Amino acid sequence: MHELPVTQSILDIALRHANEAGATRIKDLYLVIGQLSSIIDDSVQFYWDIISEGTIAEGATLHFQRLNAEMHCAVCDLDYRLQEDQFACPQCGNTHVQLVSGDEFYIESLEVETDETPSSDNA
Amino acid sequence: MSKTIPVVEKILSANDELSEVNRSRFDAARVFAMNFMASPGAGKTSVIEQTLKRLGDDLRLGVIEGDIATTIDAERVQEAGAMAVQINTGGNCHLEAYMIRDALSQLSLDELDMLVVENVGNLVCPANFKLGTHKNVLIASVPEGDDKPYKYPGMYRGVDVLILNKTDLLPYIKFNMDYFREGVEILNPGLTTFPVSCHTGEGFDAWIAWLREQAEAMRSQS
Repeated sequence: MHELPVTQSILDIALRHANEAGATRIKDLYLVIGQLSSIIDDSVQFYWDIISEGTIAEGATLHFQRLNAEMHCAVCDLDYRLQEDQFACPQCGNTHVQLVSGDEFYIESLEVETDETPSSDNA
Repeated sequence: MSKTIPVVEKILSANDELSEVNRSRFDAARVFAMNFMASPGAGKTSVIEQTLKRLGDDLRLGVIEGDIATTIDAERVQEAGAMAVQINTGGNCHLEAYMIRDALSQLSLDELDMLVVENVGNLVCPANFKLGTHKNVLIASVPEGDDKPYKYPGMYRGVDVLILNKTDLLPYIKFNMDYFREGVEILNPGLTTFPVSCHTGEGFDAWIAWLREQAEAMRSQS
């Protein structure tokens, strides 16, 4: 259920950036989502298709880059991936570990079309 | 022609900004505000009732009750002596900053020292939506099982305080405290934790002492 307000936020941000850049159409959206951020891709796409209708983002493709939750053990220096039921360091069993990535939840970039001619491109 | 626009903006940035507005209202009124999150049935409302019972008259607690439907919880905490406002989300699974902004128009912050926002019972998404409160408080309970930090890491990671409720049931339920604490510690090192029982009252003294400290610190801010 929370994918609807999330999708609305994605659309608002995308439209704002596209308008600022003078885009006429948004073709692709690149999202970065960490393992610990709960969101269902299909559900976002479903809402996206509905709420983007009639905007310059209609028909845009959403790309989800999923980042695993990566851990680092402060004791034995091991880098490892967070497992479902065991969070402690698999090498030394320590709990003095840090989450390096996995919290991400942002829009990385947009691929848009503009009316500009290629010669004026200095972006 | 086609071009790439770098964005790098948090998806919930609009909610985050609105939460800052709420925060400044709490700060201006010197109200210590908390966001209570938990699964359904963990005892959010019971913890509020027990807290009200023990706070005495010198600290005034207000409650914003978030529920999908009904006003049962608002009535319960009103009976226990709190100023309460009910928000019905109409199916939404979490509260958002704008809902708190709207609810604040029905509360006199100047007449309060503390505010509890009781979020919708759900361990999945409420932690993603900042409300502007000073502390995110997770209320877990023994019957939910010791594996909840592993199943809902996002929630356990996003809180400032953990209350473990229903500790009176520990002798009757298979709950490995070490396994539970290990998961919590890794996701949220040094998390302030209060094991309590609303049934026996055990553990409430420490929780109330912590609350008083927070409220006093808020009051004495210039």
